[in-house]
Amino acid sequence: MLTATGLACVRGERRLFSGIDLAVAPGEWLHLQGENGAGKTSLLRILVGLTPAAEGDVCWKGESIRRLDEDYRRDMVYLGHHGAIKEDLTALENLQLGAGLDGVELAEKDALASLWCMGLKCREELPVRVLSQGQKRRVLLARLLAKKAVLWVLDEPFTALDVKAVAMLSDLIGEHLASGGMAVLTSHQAMPIAGGKALQL
Amino acid sequence: MFVIIRRDLLIAARRKSEVLTALFFFVIVTSLFPLGIGPEPTLLKKIAPGILWVAALLATMLGLTRMFAPDHADGTLEQMALAPTPFGLLVAGKVVAHWLVSGLPLVLLAPVLGIQFGLDAGALGIMMIALLLGTPLLSLIGAIGAALTLGVRGGGVLLSLLVLPLYVPALIFGAGAVEAHLSGLDVTGHLSLLAAMLALAVFFAPWATTAALRIALE
Amino acid sequence: MNNRIIHWFKYASPQSFYPLAGKMIPWFWATAAIFGAIGLWISFFVAPTDAQQGEGYRIIFIHVPASWMSMFIYCIMAGWAGIGLALNTRLSGMMAQSLAPTGALMAFLSLWTGAFWGKPMWGAWWVWDARLTSELILFFLYIGFIALQAAIDDPRRADKAGAILALVGVVNVPIIYFSVKWWNTLHQGSTINMTKAPSMATTMLWGMLLMALCFWMYSIAVALSRVRAIILERERHTEWIKGVLN
Repeated sequence: MLTATGLACVRGERRLFSGIDLAVAPGEWLHLQGENGAGKTSLLRILVGLTPAAEGDVCWKGESIRRLDEDYRRDMVYLGHHGAIKEDLTALENLQLGAGLDGVELAEKDALASLWCMGLKCREELPVRVLSQGQKRRVLLARLLAKKAVLWVLDEPFTALDVKAVAMLSDLIGEHLASGGMAVLTSHQAMPIAGGKALQL
Repeated sequence: MFVIIRRDLLIAARRKSEVLTALFFFVIVTSLFPLGIGPEPTLLKKIAPGILWVAALLATMLGLTRMFAPDHADGTLEQMALAPTPFGLLVAGKVVAHWLVSGLPLVLLAPVLGIQFGLDAGALGIMMIALLLGTPLLSLIGAIGAALTLGVRGGGVLLSLLVLPLYVPALIFGAGAVEAHLSGLDVTGHLSLLAAMLALAVFFAPWATTAALRIALE
Repeated sequence: MNNRIIHWFKYASPQSFYPLAGKMIPWFWATAAIFGAIGLWISFFVAPTDAQQGEGYRIIFIHVPASWMSMFIYCIMAGWAGIGLALNTRLSGMMAQSLAPTGALMAFLSLWTGAFWGKPMWGAWWVWDARLTSELILFFLYIGFIALQAAIDDPRRADKAGAILALVGVVNVPIIYFSVKWWNTLHQGSTINMTKAPSMATTMLWGMLLMALCFWMYSIAVALSRVRAIILERERHTEWIKGVLN
């Protein structure tokens, strides 16, 4: 249901890639591969709508994402390079305010449940600044659970996670795909999740 | 939109030092002028509106870099652009929060400083109203500049260069209102022009700011 | 001329505009020289000596056209920038970028000629006249535009950011002008008013008009030369440029 045709990207004066086609159906996930600087992050940002493509179009459920605008953003969640959390707020506040931005009412107990699921029990009330890098990433991933999005677009989601967390995230993605969701990921690691396709840049 | 306001206010409460720096700047700058010019009361009374307004301008400018840069650095600005809520609404929320934290304290502090210059109660009242109309205008116009210079080399100085010429009308009518009162002339003209500019800015500035932010996020 | 209008879109790409601009430049220089010659002749020899201001007022023939051009160029620049933003064309952004320095030069010229006029007339190098002050702020707006574009490395982002700045500026220029005019009349500090120039004899009007046309042609010629340089710089990785340079 996510399709793209003839995508091209120009960064500064360099043409990173052109003529990229892709399609992701429910239950599938796309593994974007390529060397550093090949344009994986740029492609993700084009898919998500942050960067306009130099050429080509991205369609969600058959319609261009530029026309869908908010409807597309409601169905999709993007986790980029930067941990999109405010360091001065607590993990709980981050989740609730993030949900508020998504237009969802997140009750405190649901937020706490997501955080505990991520292994952050007893750390919800601390300012995120004092958490370790891996714990910060877990707060970010808790947001994945909180926002019930159909399409997950994740840029290097396994960075800074320990072995247990990597396994947990892989399980989460697997469950998401099994319930009809879709995902587009970049990662330098091989990922043993069913239903995957690869795209090399 | 209120989510964003609440969020920014929470963050400002946890980072009080940044907020207070701009306020102290306002106080110190206004206190420097009598030291530089001389304590003659009639002269001070005459130049007071101008000084208070210029100091307010500069203090607002100091706080402008804080509007979007932290969010841009930690990735939350992207998330705001990708939220289902219209980006323009969220940006407006940020400007409101910025004004509440940077502009409103100036409005409240100005009468206290005005006393230093020997302004009477009526003039202080007009000053407050003018600042009340003017500081949101400064935040709105400044937001455009902050969005344009996001992540750009020489950000702070470039921001001043871009935004200060645009602040001139606000300065002229804001200070002019108080001076008119001091000369016994009618102030409604000045204040209504300020209000008109504010209305114009409320409609157009968030739109321009959002466009500039989208460009910065590309 | 009709042909050009119909096939206008063909020239919307830098590649086809480059040679067209090259052919047009000499014509604009020529017309600028002609207008300038006639205009200067009128301003020095034909226009009568003013009763109050003597010969010194003749600097008005540079000052006023320069002011007109500085405002005109800003509007044109904002127009090109707006087109570039709306239609996402590269050439429009390049045109805006090439106009900015010329506009800044016109504003600067207007300010200096204003000062040279002021000194012999009223004894002051700078007067806070409404027009001069607005001109100063316009100059700052130009410098801001140039500085913003210089500070952003990515040319496409520089174009778009500059476009927003130019559009915000063009909306603000009337506001600034009127507020400064009010400010000037309010503070009865000086009775100097440069708009009250010596009452316009028709010859003087002709002189200023011709000088304005001269500046206009000059600006176009210079802007076209500059845009060719910008095209060379920005498109230097493309094939057709390598063909041109060889």
